[in-house]
Amino acid sequence: MLLHLGTRKGYLALRRFGTGDWRCERTAFIGDPVSQLLPDPRDGRLYAALNLGHFGVKLRVSEDRGASFTELPAPAYAKEESSAEKAPSVDLLWCLEPAGPDPGSLWCGTIPGGLFRSDDGGRSWALNEALWNQPSRERWFGGGYPHPGIHSVLVAPDGNRVVAGVSCGGVWISEDAGESWRVRTEGMFAEYMPPEMREDPAIQDPHRLAWCDGDRRRIWCQHHNGFFRSDDGGETWTSLEVPPSSFGFAVAAHPGDPQIAWSVPLVKDECRVPVDRRMVVARTRDGGASWESVGRGLPEGDSFAVVYRHGLDIHPDEAVLAMATTTGALWISEDLGDSWDLVTSELAPVYCVRFDRP
Amino acid sequence: MPSVHFTPNLRRHLRVDSTEVEGHTVSDALSRVFRDNPDLRSYVLDDQGRLRTHVVIYVDGRAVRDRTELGDAVGEGAEIHVMQALSGG
Repeated sequence: MLLHLGTRKGYLALRRFGTGDWRCERTAFIGDPVSQLLPDPRDGRLYAALNLGHFGVKLRVSEDRGASFTELPAPAYAKEESSAEKAPSVDLLWCLEPAGPDPGSLWCGTIPGGLFRSDDGGRSWALNEALWNQPSRERWFGGGYPHPGIHSVLVAPDGNRVVAGVSCGGVWISEDAGESWRVRTEGMFAEYMPPEMREDPAIQDPHRLAWCDGDRRRIWCQHHNGFFRSDDGGETWTSLEVPPSSFGFAVAAHPGDPQIAWSVPLVKDECRVPVDRRMVVARTRDGGASWESVGRGLPEGDSFAVVYRHGLDIHPDEAVLAMATTTGALWISEDLGDSWDLVTSELAPVYCVRFDRP
Repeated sequence: MPSVHFTPNLRRHLRVDSTEVEGHTVSDALSRVFRDNPDLRSYVLDDQGRLRTHVVIYVDGRAVRDRTELGDAVGEGAEIHVMQALSGG
């Protein structure tokens, strides 16, 4: 079992040798922020998205499982002749996903809100105009960043059904591989907005979406205002109370059981630390009707750890959970979250963790 | 001809060499550099061809004023330095 990590200071791959025994097998891009990774199960390629700060976003691909990387063109907006100062430029490559069964077909969600597609393994990219040209995009806004961004793209195996999460811009669904889109946020609300905008789809701030591979009608959403569940593939949403707090960024869905999900609670948006500074994982096993705080082995106090939205992943077959923090710790659970082993606490802030998909 | 020099920090990512090129503006000069080294373009300019926020260009010791069109004039023997602004930790 192999786990890929994108951190503020580079890429690491860790291999499992036994329970709690994970060893770093490979590193790359030491010193550079790695915003996203895609170990592609279709052809074994490993894509790495970098944010070089001074020198912009970059995309690299490895054909030898991370031993060496070559540069690909990163998704970019076409040059606009008018209003050049406001014309868009990609600030962050925020999510990378296979776009369907064909190897080389990819979706890339970005800040400032463009969804890009490649059908040649990242050698060329096209902005999805159907989503970019939605009139309501004018009302999207940034959540934690100056501009809005697409952080979650769920793709059905045939590639046709796509569910995209925009922070802040709602949940968008396509049934035709991105040719057309509709926004669906019924049931979601944002108490922190003016009353007349509380349920406006265009301002909803899903932090992260995850669906159950075994039943894709069940989608979990960690939202800025709370935690939501959909039973109908994202058409409508139900608000859930998650103790000790419904605020957080990350969410994981059990690959086979639609009743099981995890979140990593923080106090609230204006105080992003664990409740009582005690790090816990919230888990439901009954579809969100009830939640338990689990996390034997996690720090019992004095924790400032935040798990970013791509910082929690579950292995699709083995139900092993990996969780990594802004404080540079990597935790693994092999019992659905009851207990956690610390692999290392010496990483840079972790942006994403992804298991190698078989 | 103007000469163009790049911060050595770019060499962590790709090949960059100092070079002499024809050109009457910063844009002219860089366009000729990028013609021979197309990958370099996205490291210096953003999607719209603007100078990246944390990159600065000096012409004979003065920071360029036009960061959007790169229209600052360069003389026959100008020294153009493409540098990174300092930030981060």
